[in-house]
Amino acid sequence: MKILVCISHVPDTTSKINFTDGDTKFDTNGVQFVINPNDEFGLTRAMWFKEKQGASVTVVNVGGPETEPTLRKALAIGADEAIRINATPTDGYFVAKQLAEVAKDYNLIIAGRESIDYNGGMVPGMLATLIDANYVNNCIGLEVEGETATAVREIDGGKETLKTTFPLVIGGQKGLVEESDLKIPNMRGIMMARKKTLNITEPVSGDVATKAVFFEKPAPKGAIKLISPDNLDELVDLLHNEAKVI
Amino acid sequence: MSVLVYTETENGKLKKTALEVASYAKGVADMLGATVTAVTVNAESTNELSKYGVDKVLTVKNDKLGNFNAKAYADVLKQAAQKENSKVVIVSSSANAKFMAPILAINLNAGYASNVVALPESDSPFKVKRTAFTNKAFNITEISSEVKLIGLSKNAYGLKENNGAATEESFSPELNEADFSTEVTNVDKVTGKVTIADAEIVVSGGRGLKGPENWEMIEELADVLGAATACSKPVSDMGWRPHSEHVGQTGKPVAANLYVAVGISGAIQHLAGINASKVKLVINNDAEAPFFKAADYGVVGDAFEVVPQLIEKLKEFKANNA
Repeated sequence: MKILVCISHVPDTTSKINFTDGDTKFDTNGVQFVINPNDEFGLTRAMWFKEKQGASVTVVNVGGPETEPTLRKALAIGADEAIRINATPTDGYFVAKQLAEVAKDYNLIIAGRESIDYNGGMVPGMLATLIDANYVNNCIGLEVEGETATAVREIDGGKETLKTTFPLVIGGQKGLVEESDLKIPNMRGIMMARKKTLNITEPVSGDVATKAVFFEKPAPKGAIKLISPDNLDELVDLLHNEAKVI
Repeated sequence: MSVLVYTETENGKLKKTALEVASYAKGVADMLGATVTAVTVNAESTNELSKYGVDKVLTVKNDKLGNFNAKAYADVLKQAAQKENSKVVIVSSSANAKFMAPILAINLNAGYASNVVALPESDSPFKVKRTAFTNKAFNITEISSEVKLIGLSKNAYGLKENNGAATEESFSPELNEADFSTEVTNVDKVTGKVTIADAEIVVSGGRGLKGPENWEMIEELADVLGAATACSKPVSDMGWRPHSEHVGQTGKPVAANLYVAVGISGAIQHLAGINASKVKLVINNDAEAPFFKAADYGVVGDAFEVVPQLIEKLKEFKANNA
């Protein structure tokens, strides 16, 4: 089984979000970047396939040289090799198009359901369509037997089980593996990662369908109204008459 | 020209989000001087759509579409968009719609903006406002392709009545065998319980509740409010509650009218996931909990005393306002 895991290089979940250049660009100043959490669940599941069923695992990212530490981390976790497509990601379509060039050589492609920065949620579905592969989004369970896969997908109010075949693109999330299964790279992994191949490929030209032109932060919150635990009638009254939510 | 909108059904009945996307489509159509065409799949009745500004309904009835199938449904919408010469297509943010939309975007050669929260800021250039950085920011996205696909955030636009008359037309798109290469073998859906996706009110519990045995009062509070139950990440990681209840950055997003957080400190990842909710109430015994900075109403007190009392007060209120 040849597995490709798509890795997005995103600000750590605790990052303060600010913008520069007249609110047209994300301010990376002082921001720690990590493997997109949804992708990390997928990467860890890929490592499970490698250990239990035999698979090669390649990680890929579309980004500039500054994203290489994130790919190295994926190698330290256990991926065999990495590919960096040397382009600044502009929109989901552009990224999917770049990934499609690489993905044709793999039979299982795992991406996260969305990146936690732009939250587009479109790359895996677009990629699957571009390479004419099967696709399961919001995937919380994946088993493989030969060329056949059984995937569990989270739906609104429950889950469903799907049967499908390779080539397959997965939009993964927590549930593919548990939080406690996530691996922190050890020293040996980090040392080995330095020697693993990180190929850099140039992007194919691609048109851009959408463009983030401006950013805004939510309006500052008004002060909280504190209600004494001895006066819950007031709370019910506020929820009914002021907030009008009950 | 017509704006095309996918109005989803559940067991043959239109979902509330279907009426919201229809309301939104009417708003967009008014900006563009266009009409609204809705597409339904295996709907029992489409009458309600005319109340929300829909001019025409394409009804698709096909047993093969009994289970949701992202590829096949994308195929249906593609053909509908081509038939109606639609340059703007609108879908919701349900799990199914988010599954299907990227496929449809490629098939229609459309630029896709997800998580859109308002009517377009302008139609030329076509600019929409969407959430990004998991609700920590908004971004204005320009869609430059000829066909535009918009995923509307839940509860962002609301229902807007617009009484009219809708014509109904039966539509039989040609389905491709290849659309069915992924097959649903089992559906496991909670019945008789409000889901987080559909809920107007969500009651959520955190580590402050000390153990899974104490969730009865959370369920009772949710029951009185007609709310869905949810939980914070540590609670689902420890196995106190199922993953499906985990809300936050890596869990489910919540965009409810009222979000009630009991014993949740309010880590930045949690707040990001629930921030799209309109009103937030926090109950916590730690006055320093960061949630108090992000909420609209707060009670500093012991959840084990406050929640049971609040349940009683709400029962009284419901009895008086029934």
